[in-house]
Amino acid sequence: MAKITLENLAHSYLPNPKSEDDFALKELNHDWVDGEAYALLGASGCGKSTLLNIISGLLHPSQGRILFDDKDVTMSPTTQRNIAQVFQFPVVYDTMTVRDNLAFPLRNRRADPAYIKDRVQQIAAMIGMEATLDRKARGLTADAKQKISLGRGMVREDVNALLFDEPLTVIDPHMKWELRTQLKSLHHEFGHTMIYVTHDQTEALTFADKVVVMYDGRVVQMGTPQQLFETPEHTFVGYFIGSPGMNLLSATVEGNTAVVGGTQIPLGKAFGAPTGKIELGVRPEFTSLASGDEGLPITIKRVEDVGRHKIVRADFNGTEINILAPEGATILPEMNRVIFDPAGINIYSDSWRVAPKVA
Amino acid sequence: MNKAVNQKAWFLILPVLLLVAFSAVIPLMTVVNYSVQDTFGSNKFFWVGLEWFEEMLASERMWNALGRQITFSAIILAIEIPLGIFVALNMPKKGFWASLCLVLMSLPLLIPWNVVGTIWQIFGRVDIGLLGYTLSALGIDYNYTQDFYAAWITVIVMDVWHWTSLVALLAYAGLQSIPDAYYQAAKIDQASRLSVFRFIELPKIMGVLMIAILLRFMDSFMIYTEPFVVTGGGPGNSTTFLSIDLVKMALGQFDLGPAAAFSIMYYLVILLVSYVFYTVMTNLDKRDGH
Repeated sequence: MAKITLENLAHSYLPNPKSEDDFALKELNHDWVDGEAYALLGASGCGKSTLLNIISGLLHPSQGRILFDDKDVTMSPTTQRNIAQVFQFPVVYDTMTVRDNLAFPLRNRRADPAYIKDRVQQIAAMIGMEATLDRKARGLTADAKQKISLGRGMVREDVNALLFDEPLTVIDPHMKWELRTQLKSLHHEFGHTMIYVTHDQTEALTFADKVVVMYDGRVVQMGTPQQLFETPEHTFVGYFIGSPGMNLLSATVEGNTAVVGGTQIPLGKAFGAPTGKIELGVRPEFTSLASGDEGLPITIKRVEDVGRHKIVRADFNGTEINILAPEGATILPEMNRVIFDPAGINIYSDSWRVAPKVA
Repeated sequence: MNKAVNQKAWFLILPVLLLVAFSAVIPLMTVVNYSVQDTFGSNKFFWVGLEWFEEMLASERMWNALGRQITFSAIILAIEIPLGIFVALNMPKKGFWASLCLVLMSLPLLIPWNVVGTIWQIFGRVDIGLLGYTLSALGIDYNYTQDFYAAWITVIVMDVWHWTSLVALLAYAGLQSIPDAYYQAAKIDQASRLSVFRFIELPKIMGVLMIAILLRFMDSFMIYTEPFVVTGGGPGNSTTFLSIDLVKMALGQFDLGPAAAFSIMYYLVILLVSYVFYTVMTNLDKRDGH
């Protein structure tokens, strides 16, 4: 178990990167606190896997340093980093039995056979494969194979960190839930530093203490699920987290009022006079429909009933606005206004959040 | 479920049936015909039953040829399969050098068999051949036309030169299909190079390797042209493999009856071995399934 520090880390797959665009992973400083569970969340191709492979040593960064407990391991090979990693697609040794698969990492490190026996039994119980321990891994279902991969990742107790690269992609939905819960309890039990890469926000938010959101090779925000929900630091976070994501409207802001398409919207906080491309962001959860003269004029396009609430898709001057209405609410055709709760409004300048001025 | 019965469908397989009849069944039946008859010339045949088969089974000549044939196949398989895998493991995975290697490796496979024979026949000659001349100049007594060992070594080296590429290319294709994650997982599990080969690479290329072994076995078991061109089966009978012997018997001595019986047994041996290979191959995936 170790604290992992990334110092000015960046990576490009090109031999001679020139501009910032050539970097798959842009310069990054970050500390992974010992014993925390992190989720690395982002769309495909945003550099999540690159970052993970740099930490595990499968890839050497173009610049910067990686420290494990303040010891430089930037150029150390994977084998010296004592890391466990589970990949997106199951990797099992086909010709070995399930038992040998689980024991393999321990045997390669010459652990005591009696200890291996106990530990394998323990892991098998955790992944629910005690009954199939003596079967060959060949011919098992993808589910079962991925459980073996997970088990092989967890079998070593002394690892510096456990890395998961979208490990539940091939697993059945109900099994996903179960395995994720097990991973979490495992984390509580052993206190490994865990980094879990995913593009599924539910997975990230339920698994991790802290979620690291990546966008276009950059870490745009790190925070608890609540922080990501309430104060997205970047419009991407607002849009990516939440279902549906945050509404974004072009605006001009002065003091504690925003003007969106000629309508004044009270912000409840002072923002001064931010410059750049200004956008007002508000989550559908902080909006409500109204009729009358107050609020932003909109036209309702359609209503989707998702069971626990209704999603109203509305249009404002060609921009789509999503509004969340309670399940029991009646939505009337004359409702032509939307009102934003000032508590849920964030202001963005060039996609980055503007902090309100403390009065 | 009710299947529609339509007897006209038989006509659809008629062309294939005709083709197979003329290319395989009728020639084979002619051979069967010869194997149970004898002739004193002028195209008059009479029935002899299984006499030729009995004679062939008792013939020392056939057993010797079979022995040489099995020895030859065993030796070239023992060399070509491991060597092919070794070459494949060391070939570059991508880029310019990978393409170059692939082209160079396929060159021997593109050369017609009699040309391969001719190349090695000249290459090994003591008077003008590069190999033969060099060996003689180094004081090594090498003469494949007179020396038993020299003849065998020449024939084996020639076959290894000609066909190892095939094994290497098949193994290479198998290796290329292994996802990177396997190698990465192996690194993380701290597996040794040997373990990577034993537990990842070998199981993954087992399928293509079986095909390679089958192809090499069949081809080497039927080998004719190359050794015939190089040694003509000599010195003495030392490199007279089954097919060379068969041709000598059938066309050299015109003993059609014994040659036909001989070739039917030869055919059955190849069929049997191929069947065993096929069974092993199809069971490879099913094995350990339960």
